[in-house]
Parts: sequence; structure tokens; C-alpha cells
Amino acid sequence: MHEWALAEGVIRTALEAGEQDGLTSITRIAVRIGELQRIGEEVFRGALEIVLPRDDARLAEARIELKIEPARFRCRPCRTDFGLRDLDGPVDHEQLEAIHFVPELAHAFMACPACHSPDFEVVEGRGVWIEAVEGR
Amino acid sequence: MDPRPAVVAARLEGIRRIVAVTGGKGGIGKSVVASTLALALADRCKVGLLDLDLTSPCDHLILGADGAFPEERGGIVPPEIAGLRLMSVAFFSGAHATPLRGPDVTNALVELLAITRWGVLDLLVVDMPPGIGDAALDAVRWLGRAEHLVVAGSSRVVVETVRRTLDLLRRIDAPVLGVLENMRRPDDPDSVRALADDRQVPYLGCVPFDPDLEAATGDVQRLARTRTAAVLGRLADRLL
Repeated sequence: MHEWALAEGVIRTALEAGEQDGLTSITRIAVRIGELQRIGEEVFRGALEIVLPRDDARLAEARIELKIEPARFRCRPCRTDFGLRDLDGPVDHEQLEAIHFVPELAHAFMACPACHSPDFEVVEGRGVWIEAVEGR
Repeated sequence: MDPRPAVVAARLEGIRRIVAVTGGKGGIGKSVVASTLALALADRCKVGLLDLDLTSPCDHLILGADGAFPEERGGIVPPEIAGLRLMSVAFFSGAHATPLRGPDVTNALVELLAITRWGVLDLLVVDMPPGIGDAALDAVRWLGRAEHLVVAGSSRVVVETVRRTLDLLRRIDAPVLGVLENMRRPDDPDSVRALADDRQVPYLGCVPFDPDLEAATGDVQRLARTRTAAVLGRLADRLL
């Protein structure tokens, strides 16, 4: 997911969740970001500044917390568990960019370090998830 | 909570109509029909083409879009190819194979819909995933208001699959524009027309088998001069 789409998605989803919970002021939005997605925190916060609706009083006190979750993979054929640092060879910049936009492209550019299969499961650290929307 | 659904809805807001070119079976010329139809429509209105075949995308090859790449501008802006905006996972995967299982297909599809900024379009043509598995069902779900243009061939094997596709679309209340017969040869039976009549959907005409098509792949000017493009140009007029 691109930082801009993420920023927009977080704001829209938080507002919808706040409305469902009857919140008049959202004070905290906790976002978990998978390492695989390689979201740039500075770019994300910059995008947030722009997409944040200034005239919406519900978000005036909102604090957005980001937590990066390490990526963990499990090979389906040989059951080996591995992370991004365990890969056999380097994934080049263009490939990392592609994975940044569409994390599933990891299957095109990465393989299990033990058996070299691209058929692995992303156990943790894939994408973006809003863990909590709090307020009053 | 997944933040993507809210963004997907926003990304599709500026699109007046969505036409999903589907067929239920691989190899019936769905991508050629979708690409050539989008090309014909581009002469008439603002058009986008979304290739949702995530494991074997080929619209970029048909339109000769090698070397094109989306622009990063407040998201991802599709490149303009021959007057239409094209988005394909192939821009990111290049020549690499993309071996995706069901949940991966769903995630990749949602991600592509969430990052793409189409802007204002009169019509978005979607080259639907082959078959009626996860990818196709997800596409129908996320492109809820899409009108389906079903591509068929006269072979008994294809007709049977297209019949199932039409029945499925009816079951889920998806609008059907009609059935288009593709690659028709002079002696072919009228089985596609009979199927359309039987299922009470419009028969949109036939694209004759076109021996010039293969040589026109990747060359939009040559593609626009084919008999296939002439038929799809008339269909484009009917759609608008």
C-alpha cells in the first residue's frame, strides 16, 4: 500500500469506526504496519498532514501511533520459517519498490532460503492494520 | 480494521461506469477483447483499462506498453497508452512469474485497487481474472456496480462454461450487458446466440476469427486497423 493510500485509508476508517462507536473526539489511532510493506514513516506522516480534514473537529486531538511488525514467512513445501534477513540473495531496489506497492509480489522476487520455493505463507508483517481507534 | 476498503471506494468514485470483460474460461480472447474495446472507447471518451489477471497479465503486451510505468503522484497514477489509462500488476512484476494462492490473489487485487488513482473516467474496462475462482469472485465483490460483458466461443466446452458464468452472475444479481461471440469461423454453429437467447441476455454480435490479429499484438495503430477493432468499435458506440 502506498503511503498516500494508507494515510487516506487510516483517516476514513478511523472516522467510520468513531462514528459507529459514537465518538465525538478521536484521541488515539494505533496502526500496525508490516515490515514487508516498507512504509516510510516520514512520508506517511507527511501524507497524513495533507489528507487530514482540517475542519473535522473529531480529529483535532488525534494521535496516530505506528508500530512496525517484523515480516515472518513459512515455506509451504519444507515448512522452514524465515524472515527478510534470512533470504539467500539480495532483493534489488526495484523489486523492493514493487513489494512496497503490492506485497504479494514478494512471491515473484523472494524464495525460501532452504528449498528455494516461492510458495511460502506470510505469517506476520504483511500489510497495514488499524488495531485501535480510541476517543470519547 | 483493514484500512483498504475505504480507500478502494474512494479510488473508484470518479468513474462513471465500469464494464467487466469476463468469460469464465481462459483462452477465449478476453484480454484482446478488453484491450481492443478500451482502445476503441478511448477515441470516444475518457477510458481506463485495468488488467486483473494477476498471474498472467497481458494487456500491456497487446497495447505495446513495454517500458511504461505508473507515476507516483499522491498515489499511483496509471500511465497513458494510446489515449487510455492502463493499470496492470505487470508494471511491478516485470517478466517475473507471480505464483499466488487464493488469499494472496485477494490481497494483491485489493492493494491494486487501493493504490491506483484513476481520476475522472467515463468508463473503466476491467479485464477480469480467468475462471470463476477466488480472483473473479473478489473482482465482482470489489467492483460491485460493474456491468458484465461476457466473451464466449461456439465450442461446446466454452458454451458450457459461459452458461455457468451467466447463471452465477444472475445468482449474485450482477448486471450483464450481454454475450459477445469471439473468434467465430464461417462454419461455426450458432450456439452462442442460442445460449444468449436461452439465458435471456443480449447477443452483442460476433468478432470473426482474425488472422491479422497476432501480427498486430503490441502495435496499437495496426491493432486499430484490424477487423476485430472494427467490430469492437461498433460495440463501443452501442455501449455509450
